[in-house]
Amino acid sequence: MATGIKDKVAILGMGCSKFGERWDAGSPELMKEAFEEALADAGIERKQIEAAWFGCWGDGINVGNSSIPAAMALRLEGIPVSRVENMCATGTEALRGATYAVASGAVDIALAIGAEKLKDTGFGGLPPPFKGTFNDLWMPMGSAPAGFAQLAPYYRSKYGTSKEDLKRAISHVSWKSHQNGVHSPKAHFQKAVSMETIMSAPMISDPLGLFDCSGVSDGSACAIVTTPEIARALGKKDLVTIKALQLATSSGRETQTNDWDGSYVATTRVAAARAYQEAGITDPKTQVSLSEVHDCFSITELVTMEDLGFSDDGRAVFDILDGRYDRDGAMPCQIDGGLKCFGHPIGASGLRMAYEVYNQLLGRAGERQLSNTTIGMTHNLGGVPYQGIAAISVLGLV
Amino acid sequence: MTDFGISRFGAYIPRLRLERAAIAAAHGWMAPGLKGQARGSRAFTSWDEDAITMGVEAARDALGGSDVAWVKAVRLASTSLPYADLQNAAIVARAIGAATGVATSDAAGSQRAGTSALLQALKGRETTMVIGSDNPIGKPASVQEISFGAGAAAFVVSDRDVVARLVGSATLSNVFVDHFRSADATSDYGWEERWVRDEGYAKIVPGAVKAALADAQLAIGDIQHFVMPSYLKGAADAVAKKLKFEGSVASGLEDGVGYAGAAHALLMLAATLEKAQPGERILLVGFGQGADVLIFQATDAIVAARPVRGVAGSIADALPTDSYMRMLSFAGGIEAEWGMRSEKSGKTALTEQYRSADQMEGFNAGRCGSCDTVQFPQLQYCVRCHAPSEQFSNVPLRDEQAEVLTSTADWLTYHPSPPLWVGFVRFDSGARMLMEMVDIGKQGIDTGAKLRMVYRIKEKDRQRGYNRYFWKSTPLSAV
Repeated sequence: MATGIKDKVAILGMGCSKFGERWDAGSPELMKEAFEEALADAGIERKQIEAAWFGCWGDGINVGNSSIPAAMALRLEGIPVSRVENMCATGTEALRGATYAVASGAVDIALAIGAEKLKDTGFGGLPPPFKGTFNDLWMPMGSAPAGFAQLAPYYRSKYGTSKEDLKRAISHVSWKSHQNGVHSPKAHFQKAVSMETIMSAPMISDPLGLFDCSGVSDGSACAIVTTPEIARALGKKDLVTIKALQLATSSGRETQTNDWDGSYVATTRVAAARAYQEAGITDPKTQVSLSEVHDCFSITELVTMEDLGFSDDGRAVFDILDGRYDRDGAMPCQIDGGLKCFGHPIGASGLRMAYEVYNQLLGRAGERQLSNTTIGMTHNLGGVPYQGIAAISVLGLV
Repeated sequence: MTDFGISRFGAYIPRLRLERAAIAAAHGWMAPGLKGQARGSRAFTSWDEDAITMGVEAARDALGGSDVAWVKAVRLASTSLPYADLQNAAIVARAIGAATGVATSDAAGSQRAGTSALLQALKGRETTMVIGSDNPIGKPASVQEISFGAGAAAFVVSDRDVVARLVGSATLSNVFVDHFRSADATSDYGWEERWVRDEGYAKIVPGAVKAALADAQLAIGDIQHFVMPSYLKGAADAVAKKLKFEGSVASGLEDGVGYAGAAHALLMLAATLEKAQPGERILLVGFGQGADVLIFQATDAIVAARPVRGVAGSIADALPTDSYMRMLSFAGGIEAEWGMRSEKSGKTALTEQYRSADQMEGFNAGRCGSCDTVQFPQLQYCVRCHAPSEQFSNVPLRDEQAEVLTSTADWLTYHPSPPLWVGFVRFDSGARMLMEMVDIGKQGIDTGAKLRMVYRIKEKDRQRGYNRYFWKSTPLSAV
C-alpha cells in the first residue's frame, strides 16, 4: 500500500533569480542566481548534490533541449541530470523528480531547477508551441489567452453570473496581485495598478484584457531537497517538508466528450483531491494558510479558487470581491504577485511558487510576511483548461 | 438505350462579398474609369478557400446528403488549381467520401475546361461527378479584378433519375488568343475587348451552335434558355441576337458572384436548371480556344431535383465585407507585416497525413463498439471506456449538424484573417471537439448557434507551397 510522500522529504534550501525582462542575462546566468542562493540557504557545497532535475519548456526558443544546458551552466560534474518538460507544470515536475529520488532512498540530496528565457524570441507573448504532427492536421492553433478565455462563457452560463460581475471579479484578481507585487523585490512588475486601468485595458481575448494576462518573463528558481533527518543533521531547525505532490493530466475526456461543462478545470480537481488526501487535509478552507496558484490569466485564478475547494462552486466571484484572497484576507493568494506580477518564466514558475511558500512558512518573506502560516499550497496548470496538466504541492512546517 | 444525363447538381459561391464600388474607390487615384464598372458586389474567396475547397462544397451540395458510393469518377475543372503536380481531383474525391476505386482527373488550361469535362462525362457511360471550380485573379485596378468572382458548380452525370439529358452537342477547336496566362503567372494578359467580341464570340460561337443544333436536329427556336458565360459585358446578348434567339438569355451572375473562370459556364447552367421546367431546352456555350456547345432537355424529374443550396441559395447566403485590402490580401496581392508569430513553420508531416487520412479527409469520428461514444480524433482507446480502437466504426461528421458550445475571437495568434474564431463544437452524434469557426460576421457567434461543416485550408505552408486541408465549422447561413 503506497503511503505517499508526506514528510518524507524536506526542503534544504531554495533560490530564485530576479524575474523580468532580463536583457542582461541568458539562461545560464539566471540559473546561477537561483542556484547560488539555494546552495547558500542549504549550507552545502555543489559536490554534495547527487542528482538533479532540470525543468525547461521551450527548448526550441531559448535554453536548448536535454539536461546538458543545466549541467554545463551549474557544472554538475558527473551526476545524473534529467530534463523534464510538462508545459506550465514543468517547474513542479522538476521538484517532483528530485523529491521522489530522495524519498526512494536512491540519493540523499537532490536538486530541482527550472529556467526559462522567454525574452530572446524577439516579440512579446509566448511563441506558438508545436502541437505534434497528428494534432497539427486538425487542431486549431489558438493562443493561450483564447484557450483560457473560454472558461468565462461556461462559468457565466452555469452560475448565472453577469458579464459585468465576472469582469469585476477577474479584474480584482489582477488588482490584488499588483498590490502584492509592490512588496516583491524580485518580481517582474512591482507597481500597483488601479481597477479602472485594469477594467478598461485593451482586449486580448474576450473577456481577458491586457491586465488579465500574466507577464512573459525570464527567470529561474531552484530547490535542494533531502530527508528530514539529513536536514536536521545539517543544522536545520525549522523544517519545511513536502506534504503532498500530485499531478493530473488530461486524457482527452474534457475535449472529446460532453462530460465536462467547461466551468472548471477537471485536472486541478483530481490533483487537489489526491493532494489533500496525501497531506491529510480535510478542510482546505481552514487548514491552508496561503496559496500560490496558476494565474496565467485572471479567469484561471477565479476558477482555481473553486477547483481547490477554497471557495464553494459558484461563489469565487463573491469571495474574490469580498477580499478573501487579498493580502489581508482569510486565505491570501499570490502574496508574491503571482504569475501576473512576479512573472511567468514557464519552467521556473512551479519552483518560484514553492520558493514563496517556503519563505512564508519560515517567516523570511520580509515586507510580504504573513502571520501564522503553517500550510501553503502551490498549483501549476500546464496546457489549456480543457487539455492540460495540473500540478499541486502542499508544503508545511513539520 | 438507357437514359443518361445530369442526375443531380449543386453549387457553391464564397460567402465573402465586396461591393465593386469599394474596389473602384480604392483605385480611384490611378484608374478613375473603374467607377463605370462599379455595380453590385463580387464574391471573393477567403484566405482558406481555393478551387479544391469550393469544389468540395459544390459536390456536397450536388450530392445533397445522398450516398456517394454510386459516383465512379470525379473530374475537377479549373484554371486556378492549387497544385501543378498533385492531383487536385483526388483531394476532392477523398473529402466527399468517394470510394478509393473512383477514377479522378483534373481538367485545366482553358475557360472551356468546365464544359469540356461535362461533355466528356456525358459522352461516357460512367457515373461521374463533374466539378467546375475557379478563382481567377485579376491584377489590382484591372477590369478583371473588378468583374471576376469565384465559385463552383457540380453535376452528377449518370443513368439514374436523369433531370436533364444531352440532346446534342458540338465542339470547335482553334487558337483564338483572346487572353492567356502563362503557367507561372497569376493574372491574365488580354487583347482588345472589341476584337474579342467581334472576331471571337460573335463568329466562333454561332458556328458551334449551328453544329450542335444540327446534331440535335433542332432549330434555334426550339431552345428556351441560352447560357453563355463571358467576361465581356453584353457578349451573350450580342451572340443571342445574331443567332436570332428569342428565348431567355441566362444571367451572367454579375451581381453577387462575378465571372468565375472555367466554373462560370457550369454555374450558369446550374442556375438555369434551378428554374427550368420539364421539357425546356437549354443551350450551353463554353468559349475558349474554340467553343463547346451542349444542348440539354429537362425531364419531368427536374422539378424535384433542385439542390439544397444551389446558385440562388449561394448568392443569397452572402457575408458582406467592406475592405478592399482584405480581398487583396486573401488574393496574395500584398505582403503585410504579420509579425514574428507568423514565422512558425507550417510544414506538414506527409507520412502522418497519410496514416491519418481516413479520419482527416472524410472527417470520420469513431463510434466505440463498447460504449457507443462518438469521438474525434480516433485515438488508440475509447476516451470514455478505454476499449481498443479496433472496435470503432466510422461516423462521418462532415454532414452532421453541430452547435457552438463556446467560442472566442483570438486576436493574438497569427491568423491570415484575424481574429481566429475558435471554440468547442458539439455534434448531434455527441462528438465534441475544438474547431475553427469561419465566415463569422462582425457580431460574432453565440453559444447554441447551429453550425455546419466546410472543407477548408487548415494551414498554408508558405515556405514550401503546400496547403493542408481540414474541416472547419461555419454558421448555417451567413449572419
